[in-house]
Amino acid sequence: MAELWINYIWPVVWIVIQILMFLVPILIGVAYLTYAERKIISAMQMRIGPNVVGWFGLLQPFADALKLLTKETVLPTGASPVVFFLAPMITFSLAMLAWAVIPVNPGWVISDLNVGVLYLFAISSLGVYGVVMAGWASNSRYAFLGAMRSAAQMVSYEVSIGFIMITVLITAGTLNLSALVEAQSEPLFGVLPGWYFIPHLPMFIVFFISVLAETNRHPFDLPEAESELVAGFMTEYSSMSFALFFLGEYANMIMMSGMVSILFLGGWLPPYDATPWNLIPGVIWFAAKIAFCLFVFIWVRATFPRYRYDQLMRLGWKVFLPLSLIWLALTAGFLVYFDKVPA
Amino acid sequence: MEELLTEYLPILIFIGIAFVMAIAMVTASLIAGPSNPDPEKTSAYECGFEPFDDSRSKFDVRFYLVAILFIIFDLEVAFLFPWAVSLSGIGLFGFWSMMIFLGVLTIGFVYEWRKGALEWE
Repeated sequence: MAELWINYIWPVVWIVIQILMFLVPILIGVAYLTYAERKIISAMQMRIGPNVVGWFGLLQPFADALKLLTKETVLPTGASPVVFFLAPMITFSLAMLAWAVIPVNPGWVISDLNVGVLYLFAISSLGVYGVVMAGWASNSRYAFLGAMRSAAQMVSYEVSIGFIMITVLITAGTLNLSALVEAQSEPLFGVLPGWYFIPHLPMFIVFFISVLAETNRHPFDLPEAESELVAGFMTEYSSMSFALFFLGEYANMIMMSGMVSILFLGGWLPPYDATPWNLIPGVIWFAAKIAFCLFVFIWVRATFPRYRYDQLMRLGWKVFLPLSLIWLALTAGFLVYFDKVPA
Repeated sequence: MEELLTEYLPILIFIGIAFVMAIAMVTASLIAGPSNPDPEKTSAYECGFEPFDDSRSKFDVRFYLVAILFIIFDLEVAFLFPWAVSLSGIGLFGFWSMMIFLGVLTIGFVYEWRKGALEWE
């Protein structure tokens, strides 16, 4: 009995505890990201923003969640019920799942996969299924058009995301995310941080913009362009199913910011491995980098007007794709000819 | 096998927990929320119109074209992953093999571009 406990039950319980230790902060993060977004945008527009529920409106996200919970779930007549309810669940679960491989500190990771980058790429690609299923199952014109647009947009930008990931991959020589972060600890020219956003600056920018498009954020939020498509693929959703899409979208933003931090901003690493910097724990550095990325997400939303669809597709296929392909070939050529390929 | 289990079991459990959470949230709202549907409420939203017919109708062929292009380039990315991790072992020969492969794909890409497959207007 004791053997059964030590060998089988306890490891599983321990895994569940670890997973909850990741999930709870992420969900709280998502809740406060919605609050932060409203506060930051209102500050940028000289408004006050939510300030009634709790001190400075700090309980607003929970009030919103409770309100959505007690709303009626409307199932449209023409909809396919199973797919209709499955779609938001898939979106939400996928946004959470990526955190299984993201290391937040040396060794602080649920599963230290040796193919972590591939796993991240796969999970972020699957996100399009939730959108397509929602648009198809709703049987509404707005939802259908929104899903078509969204799917085309997500797959277009995913190609350049893939190329950029491979560029980072050959620079680091590993698919494991912890090793990828460690590979950035070597200072560049002895003075600059070794984070990959310095040598790969153009790709860092392209990647960040692609991430905006991949998460359907402004200025690429065409799937839910309010002025033409009501709410895009979520038009028919209400109550908690809608909340799951909403949570999924924001969790995706946090996940993608985590990805940007790991691939380009050195994950948990401080800028310099010297006294004032490395006193701060790695988790804080990682969280700070994610917070910075999220702030830029929100800043972009408050600043830029929405793209037109043809402009969006032009940017993805005619600018980002050739650019990332050329950069990949250049990086590989440089590494091979200067004999710098990491073993 | 042991290693596979320790690496992928957490992910499997993670999938389970995430799905259970999603299902629990939807079920909770089904229980907590009211439910009094009427034909107007459950008809598809179309800005005050009566929806004429099924909305799963024809759509622009260019979406289909984008999907095909995506398959080509995403496969290319899939080929690049193993190449990228083994680059140190395969040397110049491996590097140029992939460059030729990329070159062939680039010719195809240029052809699509010239043919106007990437135009949206």
